[in-house]
Amino acid sequence: MASNIKIRAKVKNGETTVKSLMSHEMETGMRKDKKTGELIPAHFIQEVTGKWNDTVVMKALWSGGVSKNPYLSFKFNGGEPGDTIEIAWVDNKGNTDSATAEIS
Amino acid sequence: MIDEKPQLETEQLDAARRRVLQGSLGAGAMGLAVGAGLLSPQALLAAWPEAAFKAKDQAAALSELLGSDAVETSDAINIKAPDIAENGAVVPVTVSTDLEGVKTITIFAMGNQAPLIASFELAEQAAPFVSTRIKMAKTADVVAVVQTQDGLLSNSKEVKVTIGGCGG
Repeated sequence: MASNIKIRAKVKNGETTVKSLMSHEMETGMRKDKKTGELIPAHFIQEVTGKWNDTVVMKALWSGGVSKNPYLSFKFNGGEPGDTIEIAWVDNKGNTDSATAEIS
Repeated sequence: MIDEKPQLETEQLDAARRRVLQGSLGAGAMGLAVGAGLLSPQALLAAWPEAAFKAKDQAAALSELLGSDAVETSDAINIKAPDIAENGAVVPVTVSTDLEGVKTITIFAMGNQAPLIASFELAEQAAPFVSTRIKMAKTADVVAVVQTQDGLLSNSKEVKVTIGGCGG
């Protein structure tokens, strides 16, 4: 499956800014289906890892309180154009996705 | 998502939500993941602090998550969020600080049923900055808690929510 994560990473004055968009419904498990009245099962990203080359610089723990199709931005000191940024997530059903991009 | 639920259902929904929260949802979701024969789901999911995310108040969530709920207010933490959010389903929140040695940044929406939204562990190289978009059920404070070697510091910013964004 092609990854549904978009990543932009830019280095400026020695600091790299990473911006990413993930495609996920982020269902809290507290919402009701309007037609059936049944609760819609929880389905959300629980953990996101941000890597610079082989180093984990950011690890996020999330609830279903993060908006649908999550946006995430973080920064770190260092980074050169051409270095690899990897974003990976795992959701509460054990699904995963990951993508890489080069710092520009 | 929020405009799908008529106001009249709120009471009913709240009751149902309580049952689910108290019931087997967590175990069920975990069971699903394990049952699907995924690559070491325990290893992947064990780190996710379920009790913290289900906690009904900030103190309980912080205790579960960071082992302490002793928080001091600090103006050194900047929270960038709209004064008024028309759509509670998508509220942009950016937290940054000049504090040194920041280990974690944690975001709460105090009006939500489960206020703990997200917690970010930052490595040495990381700058003390995170930006994301959160759901807010109603007008409430967005609270950011920053963990340094010296303990927990926090700041808050009220966001007025026109239409709640948690489906309840």
